[in-house]
Amino acid sequence: MERGKLVEWLVTPGDYVRRGDVMATVDTEKTVMEVESFEDGVIAELLAAPGETLAVGAPMARITPTPATVTATPVTAPAGIPVAQAEVEAEREHTTPSPGAGTPSATPPVRRLARGLGLDLTRITGTGRGGHVTRADVERAAARQRHDAGSVRPVRISPRARRLAGELGIDATTVAGTGPRGAVTGEDVLRAAREKEPADVDDRPGAPRGPGPVTAPAPAPPDTGQRATALRRRIGTLMSRSKKTIPHYYLGTTIDLQAAVAWMHAVNAQRSVSARLVPAALLLKACALAARQVPEVNGFYTEARFRPSQAVHLGVAVALREGGLVAPAIHDADTLTVDQLMERLRDVVTRARTGHLRRAEIADPTLTVTALGELGVDTVYGVIYPPQVALVGFGRVRERPWAQDGMLAVRQSVTATLSADHRVSDGLRGGCFLDLVDEMLQRPEDL
Amino acid sequence: METTYREAMRTAIREALLQDDRVFLMGEDVGAYGGCFAVSLGLFEEFGPERVRDTPLSESAFVGAGIGAALNGMRPIVEIMTVNFSLLALDQIVNNAATLLHMSGGQFNVPLVIRMTTGAGRQLGAQHSHSLEGWFAHVPGLRILTPATVEDARGMLWTALEDPDPVLIFEHGSLYNLSGELAEDAGPVDIHAAAVRREGGDVSLITYGGTLPLTLEAADRLAAEGIEAEVLDLRTLRPLDDAAILATVVKTHRAVVVDEGWRSGSLSAEISARITESAFYELDAPVARVCSAEVPIPYARDLELAALPSAERVVAAAREAVGGGG
Repeated sequence: MERGKLVEWLVTPGDYVRRGDVMATVDTEKTVMEVESFEDGVIAELLAAPGETLAVGAPMARITPTPATVTATPVTAPAGIPVAQAEVEAEREHTTPSPGAGTPSATPPVRRLARGLGLDLTRITGTGRGGHVTRADVERAAARQRHDAGSVRPVRISPRARRLAGELGIDATTVAGTGPRGAVTGEDVLRAAREKEPADVDDRPGAPRGPGPVTAPAPAPPDTGQRATALRRRIGTLMSRSKKTIPHYYLGTTIDLQAAVAWMHAVNAQRSVSARLVPAALLLKACALAARQVPEVNGFYTEARFRPSQAVHLGVAVALREGGLVAPAIHDADTLTVDQLMERLRDVVTRARTGHLRRAEIADPTLTVTALGELGVDTVYGVIYPPQVALVGFGRVRERPWAQDGMLAVRQSVTATLSADHRVSDGLRGGCFLDLVDEMLQRPEDL
Repeated sequence: METTYREAMRTAIREALLQDDRVFLMGEDVGAYGGCFAVSLGLFEEFGPERVRDTPLSESAFVGAGIGAALNGMRPIVEIMTVNFSLLALDQIVNNAATLLHMSGGQFNVPLVIRMTTGAGRQLGAQHSHSLEGWFAHVPGLRILTPATVEDARGMLWTALEDPDPVLIFEHGSLYNLSGELAEDAGPVDIHAAAVRREGGDVSLITYGGTLPLTLEAADRLAAEGIEAEVLDLRTLRPLDDAAILATVVKTHRAVVVDEGWRSGSLSAEISARITESAFYELDAPVARVCSAEVPIPYARDLELAALPSAERVVAAAREAVGGGG
């Protein structure tokens, strides 16, 4: 390692640090590392700003030994974490400041104790003879300081609650504990998860946090790397919940697209490039129409029951360049013509990639479709987006050997899969859905 | 049929004597006197001195004789007056009865049943009041039973006699006068599974033997406060029914172990350890224990009561576990 980027300062000027305290985090080529102080003292000045790239050995901060006159706000920094290489330039001025005017009287051992605890003697009221600061005074002050630092005390949390919080993606520090001596219990975490539930539509990848158009996931994320991390975490939480709570079943079939592709080419031949159709538009339209006839795949499963949706808002899975994906809705896809649908598809994909989705587009999909188009693999087995109850996957559209009427031909085809929620439907209805999609794609002109 | 624990036990012994010629009862004062706790009252008259035998005051001798009889095809029931006196026969129980099958390479089973009274609460002083069943539960080769209901007093003995290996039955002295409803056709019961004596979802109270009644009382009081306690009666202390312990803890996420033994190195410690070993990530509170004070059980009434687990202490521990204890 030669250089690192300063990610964050964990101390501010005036903070008292002890040898081994973590002061900052630095992003290296490999990982984010913590930088420990090599000295005891007070942060006098920060010499580097977050975002700056520094060579190993470059000064990051100036630490001065604790002078009794500095009005330090001591912090209890997390200690004992092994790490880093970056250097701290320490000013070794004097380690034992001589008591001057304004400094209360105290014996050298008491001074030493106060220094060790990071306490400012001038701020301690002496109760000894003539205002003399005694050992007991220092210990009391230290206890008070520990008490004040209550907010950084570790959360009392039961083993079960810790496990559940991890599984459900709940930040345990935000949960009020009702267990023994205020410990956070499993019930507390479950309650917090339930309270979070109604806002769950916002929990899906790329959900905007505020009204109006915003850039993808977190509020004003500082850079795409962090945004991608946040998005990945959300996808993880959502998909974990899906896999844990939704009993998926999977169906697949290969659909002859020869007619559809031929029709599309014929239409495209008479259009300008910008108005041309892609197979996905046809696939989406077929799904939307089929969903109208098989309502068991279209709607939400909430509060232990299925609520079918009258409207068909198709979620379209869009992979983002920095990783992750979003699935914004094309509203009322079943009522749109193929051309309108194509236009909306283009629009929503562009906006998803630039991070300008509208809130409703994120929250509304009643059924999600992922179509890999001319790229990608043959088959996609999707994970359902809760609270939806099904996900349709189309693999790559390509030529395949096709047996029909005792003859072998080469035809355009696609593998269509359905992942559906067994609490809502069975394989028979799911199969019906895929059959309908197939049927409609044989008559592209009627779509 | 309303009956007492004592009568249920007597019925069980009588039935065993009637059903199997190989069964006989021996111990101090079990014959002419009718048993120190009157369990075998009337059996001497009914079955005679051959099958209800009074023995000299030598636990080592008569437990050893029981082991010999068992090895030679009999099915002896040996009564030791109290668990404190069983220590005089510890060599026979631990070094012989528990080990012979192992030492003989599987050739010799010891189908012996030893019954003894355990526990405090009757002002019998430190020589008669201890709860040492946890010690015996430490020893491989023994099966340890702790009947706590009239059904189990009625049914465990026969199943124990059918076991080819040594079985120790601990009868808590305070239970003999316990009365309860017993089915007319009550008979043998299993001796391997724990039993849920009361269902609840908030906290598991795990106990056995003499502390079952006070634990059930505690559960009643907790219910009045809105805390639904599940009461698990272990019934068999060795081998422990791990599945039942795990199941109740997984259900309630909190456990209080109630054990009249001393806390240090006790059966309650073993249960607590097993819970943390197998269900740590299910726990919402530290496993709590309500045990006897670590003193020889006092003779004086108030001191004795103060030393023993009580419903109040169980209630307090359960409250603490669910977070309502402050």
